[in-house]
Amino acid sequence: MLKIENLHASADGTPILHGIDLEIAAGEVHAVMGPNGSGKSTLSNVLAGKPGYEVTKGRVLFQGEDLLALEPEERARSGVFLAFQYPVEIPGVGNNYFLKASVNAVRTHRGEEELDAMDFLQVCREKMKVVDMPEDLMNRSINEGFSGGEKKRNEILQMLLLEPKLCILDETDSGLDIDALRVVAGGVNALRGPERSMLIITHYQRLLDYIVPDRVHVLQDGRIVRTGGKELALELESRGYGWLEEAAENSGSAG
Amino acid sequence: MASTDSKIQEFVDREYEHGFVTDIEAESIEPGLDESVVRWISAKKGEPQWLLDWRLKAFRQWQDMVEPTWALVEYPKIDYQSITYFSSPKSKKDGPKSLDEVDPELLEAYEKLGIPLKEREALAGVAVDAVFDSVSVATTFKAKLYELGIIFCSFSEAVKEHPELIQKYLGSVVPTTDNYFAALNSAVFSDGSFVYIPKGVRCPMELSTYFRINAANTGQFERTLIVADEGAYVSYLEGCTAPMRDENQLHAAVVELVAMDDARIKYSTVQNWYPGDKNGKGGIYNFVTKRGNCKGRNSHISWTQVETGSAITWKYPSCILSGDNSIGEFYSVALTNNYQQADTGTKMIHLGKNTRSTIISKGISAGHGQNTYRGQVKIQKGADNARNFSQCDSLLMGDRCGAHTVPYIEVNNPSAQMEHEATTSKIGEDQLFYCRQRGISEEDAISMIVNGFCKEVLRELPMEFAVEAQNLLGVSLEGSVG
Ligand SMILES: Nc1ncnc2c1ncn2[C@@H]1O[C@H](COP(=O)(O)OP(=O)(O)OP(=O)(O)O)[C@@H](O)[C@H]1O
Ligand SMILES: [Mg+2]
Repeated sequence: MLKIENLHASADGTPILHGIDLEIAAGEVHAVMGPNGSGKSTLSNVLAGKPGYEVTKGRVLFQGEDLLALEPEERARSGVFLAFQYPVEIPGVGNNYFLKASVNAVRTHRGEEELDAMDFLQVCREKMKVVDMPEDLMNRSINEGFSGGEKKRNEILQMLLLEPKLCILDETDSGLDIDALRVVAGGVNALRGPERSMLIITHYQRLLDYIVPDRVHVLQDGRIVRTGGKELALELESRGYGWLEEAAENSGSAG
Repeated sequence: MASTDSKIQEFVDREYEHGFVTDIEAESIEPGLDESVVRWISAKKGEPQWLLDWRLKAFRQWQDMVEPTWALVEYPKIDYQSITYFSSPKSKKDGPKSLDEVDPELLEAYEKLGIPLKEREALAGVAVDAVFDSVSVATTFKAKLYELGIIFCSFSEAVKEHPELIQKYLGSVVPTTDNYFAALNSAVFSDGSFVYIPKGVRCPMELSTYFRINAANTGQFERTLIVADEGAYVSYLEGCTAPMRDENQLHAAVVELVAMDDARIKYSTVQNWYPGDKNGKGGIYNFVTKRGNCKGRNSHISWTQVETGSAITWKYPSCILSGDNSIGEFYSVALTNNYQQADTGTKMIHLGKNTRSTIISKGISAGHGQNTYRGQVKIQKGADNARNFSQCDSLLMGDRCGAHTVPYIEVNNPSAQMEHEATTSKIGEDQLFYCRQRGISEEDAISMIVNGFCKEVLRELPMEFAVEAQNLLGVSLEGSVG
């Protein structure tokens, strides 16, 4: 599904990613952990095509095609979804209207018919139940005045509506209370399937209690320094990141 | 980031779509202005002596006045002697009796502007009084309106048919001495529209006029007068587009509204005159005086404007809240791009008790555009319990444009309640990226955000106008209607 090869990237001229290799097969869920500032959001932004980032080396294949050659909206339409760490507010633009425009842009790309207001409402109501989202949030401006948890729910709602192939979740669990965490995880799990891959960025094991990953990667200073199974996350939880650095240094001096 | 900026630029740079010149033989006088020109215009229109005297008085006053310089706009000095003060499309002696008699080229011009008169007539039930250059050429639905006692006709016609009304109200809201441009207009106004809604009558359709400037170097001096008698209601739409020209053209219109007891006037404008090219060459100078008098108790006047055209806009649709419990409203979107300059806003003068005013102003600046909101709220001594709410928001696209807010507030009665809010924001990279990450194209995203920004104003527009405004702002209208 996704194949990242030796990816180097800078943000506004500052090199941040220094050679990332990562492959996610269809149906797999990978977690990416790592200290603050290690480049996790940068990686997700580069994958989604945010302007301001420059890929200086390496390539990314999505479903066998060059992902980096596509405009952000083309990536989105072909199935790359990013749940933002900090979803932006857009005053005056109705959430409901926005979601419908988004769904229809993706449907049109897939050669499906656009949903009319009634059909959309019906589909939307169903998905809203999954993430336990109150109806009035649909009638408000996008994320405007939403609480932190409501913003995250709104991201997952969009993901459920768009049914992407690759879901990238950037710290979707941060700022959620325990109940909301369960709800959001439920939404994510509802989408898990053999045709869909997920890249889940998180600082906490507790999310991975609900969404059990196939692989866990640790990102540090723009590199993946360790990859393991779901137990790696537990180990990080108890030991922190320091020992990895030492391990990396030791192996560095040895080699 | 570069691609985002260039997309915004592309959006902003869209060529003016209505730039074409219609070839109609104009009947004009030589450029220049003196008393004989004023007399010539008046005679040409067969006006009564009192109106000629009124014009002459205005002309003499104008000669003693100086052009105002306080607005935040810059333009080369206007040579008033190089302007032609009258031009009319050459028409059959008695003017057209129906659309069939209207110059087909003129109708075609409207067609190109997306204003198919016939369709509009049939579909929307809108009576259109089309002003081409300086003379009304088509008036529809007049008979139907006349049955209700509603008068909707060209200003010249009203002078002939209803002199008592014109004499009573002309200049009653905007006196000839009001300002430089109003004085000029009073001296040389060519034509315009007159509306009278009698007591207790609710005008059953939107009244609409389309203005269009054509002949080269022709100043446009329109005069509009709308009177709503006790308990009457009218919604009036004014839309303007102009063909592309290189030389700057002066437009100095005057609009006067009078609302008696319990009357309501809703006046909506979509202004799309030629803004000049990308380098700031050409474009219309739009110096307009619009004012309404809420004369009666419980009267209500709303101004809604979407100003996207003109090189220079100088315009302050205002309300004098004379009647107790009267209401004045001003809803405005002003968009400036390239080298356009707009200095626009309103004046709300509270005289009566329990008067209320609302001001919502949305300024959008792009390119090198300069956008100034200038508003005055004045609470006079006797205006007990007056209330005003003002909200002025600016949206910047790119970083070479400017937005300015200049509120003047004068309160002479301690019971007044005033609220003022102002914000300035930029179309954020992050907002655009968010939309694009959800599959929405950048252009649609910009439209969506701009439209969202203007929503509170757009929803004040009548339906068919909202659609035009949406086209003008290049936005897909986002559920704000219905
Ligand atoms: N536009 C930029 N210009 C310069 N440096 C940047 C830019 N964007 C990000 N960085 C830097 O790149 C590094 C990685 O940032 P990133 O947001 O990817 O970290 P993160 O792993 O997501 O951290 P967190 O866990 O705090 O969310 C940080 O040091 C950050 O300051
Ligand atoms: Mg981050």
